[in-house]
Amino acid sequence: MTQRKRISWLGVTGIVCGLAGVLVGYKASAETIAIVRGTIAIGDGSAPIPNGTVVVRDGRVVAAGASVAVPAGARVIDATGKWVTPGIVAGFSRLGLTDVDGVEQATDISSDGPFSAALDIAPAINPNAQPVAVNRADGVTRAIVAPGVGKSIFAGQGALIDTAADVDPVTRARLFQYVELGEQGAEQAGGSRAAAHVLLRNALREAAELGRGIPAAAVTRNPISPDSQPVVRNPNESRLYDARRSQDVLLTRFDAAALVPVLQGRQILMIHAERAADIRQVIALGREFPRLKLVLVGADEGWTVAPELARSGIPVIASALSDLPAAFESIAATQSNIGRMRAAGVKVAIGTVNDDDTRMAFRARQYAGNLVALGRLPGAVGVSWGEALALITSRPAEAVGVGGEIGSLQPGRHGDVVIWSADPLDNVAAAETVLIDGVEQPLVTRQTRLRERYQDLTPGVLPPAYRR
Amino acid sequence: MGILKASGLGLLAALAAGVLSGCATTPAKEPPVKFNHDPYPSTYRAYPGVPTLLKGATVLDGQGGRIDGGDVLIADGRVQAVGRGLSAPAGAMVVDAAGKYVTPGVIDIHSHLGDYPSPAVAAHDDGNEATAPARPEVWAEHSVWPQDPGFSRALANGGVTTLEILPGSANLFGGRSVVLKNVPARTVQGMKFPGAPYGLKMACGENPKRVYGSKGQMPSTRMGNIAVTRQTWLNAQAYKRKWDNYEAKGGDMPERDLAMDTLRGVLAGKILVQNHCYRADEMAIMIDLSHEMGYKIAAFHHAVEAYKIADLLRENGICAAMWADWYGFKMEAYDAIRENIALVDRAGACAIVHSDDPNGIQRLYQEAGKAIAAGRRVGIPISEEHAWTWLSANPAKALDIFDKTGSLTPGKMADVVLWNGNPFSTYTRPERVWIDGALMYDANNPRLRPVSDFELGQPGEGDVK
Repeated sequence: MTQRKRISWLGVTGIVCGLAGVLVGYKASAETIAIVRGTIAIGDGSAPIPNGTVVVRDGRVVAAGASVAVPAGARVIDATGKWVTPGIVAGFSRLGLTDVDGVEQATDISSDGPFSAALDIAPAINPNAQPVAVNRADGVTRAIVAPGVGKSIFAGQGALIDTAADVDPVTRARLFQYVELGEQGAEQAGGSRAAAHVLLRNALREAAELGRGIPAAAVTRNPISPDSQPVVRNPNESRLYDARRSQDVLLTRFDAAALVPVLQGRQILMIHAERAADIRQVIALGREFPRLKLVLVGADEGWTVAPELARSGIPVIASALSDLPAAFESIAATQSNIGRMRAAGVKVAIGTVNDDDTRMAFRARQYAGNLVALGRLPGAVGVSWGEALALITSRPAEAVGVGGEIGSLQPGRHGDVVIWSADPLDNVAAAETVLIDGVEQPLVTRQTRLRERYQDLTPGVLPPAYRR
Repeated sequence: MGILKASGLGLLAALAAGVLSGCATTPAKEPPVKFNHDPYPSTYRAYPGVPTLLKGATVLDGQGGRIDGGDVLIADGRVQAVGRGLSAPAGAMVVDAAGKYVTPGVIDIHSHLGDYPSPAVAAHDDGNEATAPARPEVWAEHSVWPQDPGFSRALANGGVTTLEILPGSANLFGGRSVVLKNVPARTVQGMKFPGAPYGLKMACGENPKRVYGSKGQMPSTRMGNIAVTRQTWLNAQAYKRKWDNYEAKGGDMPERDLAMDTLRGVLAGKILVQNHCYRADEMAIMIDLSHEMGYKIAAFHHAVEAYKIADLLRENGICAAMWADWYGFKMEAYDAIRENIALVDRAGACAIVHSDDPNGIQRLYQEAGKAIAAGRRVGIPISEEHAWTWLSANPAKALDIFDKTGSLTPGKMADVVLWNGNPFSTYTRPERVWIDGALMYDANNPRLRPVSDFELGQPGEGDVK
C-alpha cells in the first residue's frame, strides 16, 4: 500500500473513530517519532539493547539502537523501563477471516464451491473483525493469512495483512498458494496421500500447459517491490480464457491459471505437512520442480529430518509447543522441534498452525517465551531470547520473502513498532503503544469496553446498557 | 474385582428376594436391599517415596499463604511440615530450592484426557454419548484410556497432580465425571482419586441445542434445553422419592435406573454438579433451576461471562472455572475478557483456572500468570500466593477434595511441585513433581518421565516432549 493511500484513509478512519469516541492519538504517518530510553530488541535474533532509541519517519523505521540521535522536531515517546520491539508477525493465521469461528455466517476460511487454487482470500479479509483488534491490542501488527481447504488439496491464495484500524488491511495479496499434503490433504484428495500427490502433479501439469499461452504482460516482474501490488496479476481477472488446454482436465480454468505463477516460481507454494515422510515428499517436490518456491507449514516431525530440511533450504513455519501425538502424522511431536531444526540449520518461524489460528496469534509471544524456558531443561533444545523474538517477527517475514519489508527494526522496514510494559515474551507484558506504518493504533477492543462496563457491579440508576 | 463385588451383591439381593418371597403369608415388608454405589472402586495406591525436605524456596501454600525462604517437609505420602528452618529427618532427601518455588500440584477441574485422548482419531472419540440429550447414566471413567499420552505432558510440563475428567457437552446431562490422580496406571481404577465424590456434567447453551437440533429433535433451542433439563429433574425427584421410601421402609424394590441413580445422587448432595455454561444470563437461569429442583451447582465451567454476575456467583457459593484469554471461538464466547478471573476473584467469588484442553493443561500456571497481569493492569492487586488458590485450593473445593489435597497443609496428600523459577512465568517449568510423596517427575532424570504404551516403539519415544 502506498503512503498516500494510507494517509487518505486515515482521514476517514480518524473521523469515524473520533465520532465513536475511541480515537487514540491518531497521527498521519508523515510524522517523525523517536522512542527513547527503552530496552530495544531489533527482532533479527540479536540480544536486547538497553537504553536505546528507535526512530520512525514517514511510516518507516529510520534507525534503532544504542546510539541513535533523536531527529529535530520528532515526537518523543519516553520508554523508560519499557521494551520496544518490532510488531509481532503472525507466522501462520486465519486472522481477519472470521469474527466467531463457530458461526458459519461469520466465517470465510474455506469454500465448498467449485473453485480451489483460484480462491483469493484478500477480498474476504475484514479489518473490523474483532480478532484483528484483539491481536492488534496485543502487539500483533502483521499476519500471514492462509485460506483453509474446501473440497480440494488447494486452499487458494493467502495474503500478508496488517492489523491497523483502517479500511485496507491487505499488505500483499496473493502472496502464496496454500496446499494441504498431509492427513487433511489425503482426505480432500479422496482418502489417501497417493491421491493427493497425483492431484498435485496433475494440477501443476495443467498449469504448465496453460502457462505456455500466458502473455508476458500478465506477470509482474519484480514480485517483492513494495510498489508492485500483487506478486502476480490477479488470476481472477486473468486474460487466459483463450489459452489452449487438453480435453482431459480436472481443474477449472481459473484454478489452473492460478497455479501458473506457482509453477514458474513467481508465487510461493506453501505446503502443510507434519509427518517426516510427508516432509520428505515436499523436499522431493522441490527437486522435481526446481522453480517452486516452497514454504513448509506444520512440520511437527521436522526435527527427525532436520538435516535434509536444512539442505533443501525450504523455510518452515511451525507450531512452537506442539508436543502431543495429536494425529498419526504427529507422533514424534515435541516442543524441542523448533530448537532442534534451528540447530540443524533449518530456517524456522513460529506460526499458530492447528492452534486457534483465527484468533490467538497473540499467543505466539508466550510460545516464544516457552522456547526460551526449554533451554533450561536437560535434553530439550530451546532458543535464545533474541532468537525467540525473531521467531515471531523477522523469521516469519523472511519465510514468505518479505523480511526486507517487515518484521524487524532495521532501517527501511515498515514502521511497525510496539512498546511493551515489560519483557514481551513473558506474560506479564502488555502492549502499551502499537505503531503500524508509523501510525499509532487504538488499543480499545470490545473486550476492554466490556471490562469497563462490568468492572463495577454496583447497581446504578440505569441498567449497565447505559454505561459506555 | 469391582465387577465381582457388584455381581456378588446382585446375587445376594436375588437370594434375599427369593427367600423372602417364599414367605408370602407374612404381611411384613421385605427389608430394603442395599446396592453398591461404588462398583468400580479406586485401586490407586500411593507409590513409595522417601522423606524429602525442600529448603529455602518461595513457598506458596495454595490457600493464600506465602513463605519466602521456606521449607516443606514431606514424608509417608503426606505433607509433614511447612515453615522456616525445618530440619531434615534421618535419611531424608534434602533439595536446595533456593531461588525456586514450591507449590501444591496443579488441579485441573476440567479435562478430557483419556476420553478424548491423543491421537484424536474417531476410534478415540469417547467424550460425548450424543445419542440423547440426557445421558446421566454414562460414566466418563468407562471411556478413559489410561494410556493417553496427554497425562504425562500434563505432569511434566504442567505440574498437574489431580484432574477431573468430564464427559463432553453435547448433552444437557453428559454423565458422571471422575477425579484422577495424575499417576500412570494400567486401569482407570488405578488412577481414581480415593474418596473423591463423583461429579455430574451438565451443559447449557449452544452445544446441546446444536447437536440435537441438527438431528431434528428436542432440544433445538435454549428454551428446549431448559424444558428437557427440568423434566429430567422432575423424573429424578420421583425416582428419588421411590427409592428413599424403599430404603427407609423396604417393600418391593423399585426398578434400578442408572441415569436416575446419578441424578438421585445429585439431589442427595453426594454428586457434585459441574455445569458447562458460558453466558451470564444462562448461568442465572441454571442457578434458578437448581433452586427449583433442589440441588447445588459446584462450579460453572467455561464461565466466560462470570464477570458480569460475579456477585450472583458469590451469593450462591458457586465457583467459576475460566480461561485466561480464550475468546470468540463460538457465539457464547464472544464477550470474553482478559480480566474475567481477576474480577470474579475480586468480587469474593471462587475463581478457578481450567483448561478443557490437552495443550492448555500443560500451561495452567502461565494462564494464571496472564490473569494476574490482566487484573493488575486495571488496578486489582493480586498476590502470587493468592493467585495460586485458583490452581489448587479452589478447584479442590469445587471437587470436594480440599480435605485431602489442594494446599500444603500438614496431613494432606504430598502433591507438590518444585518449579525452576516463578511459576506464573513463561520462563518457568516444573523441575520435580511429587504425588502422594512419590517423585513422579524429575526434569533432570530422564528415567523419571512416564512413556505411555502408545508411545513405545514410536518415533520420539521417551524424548523430553
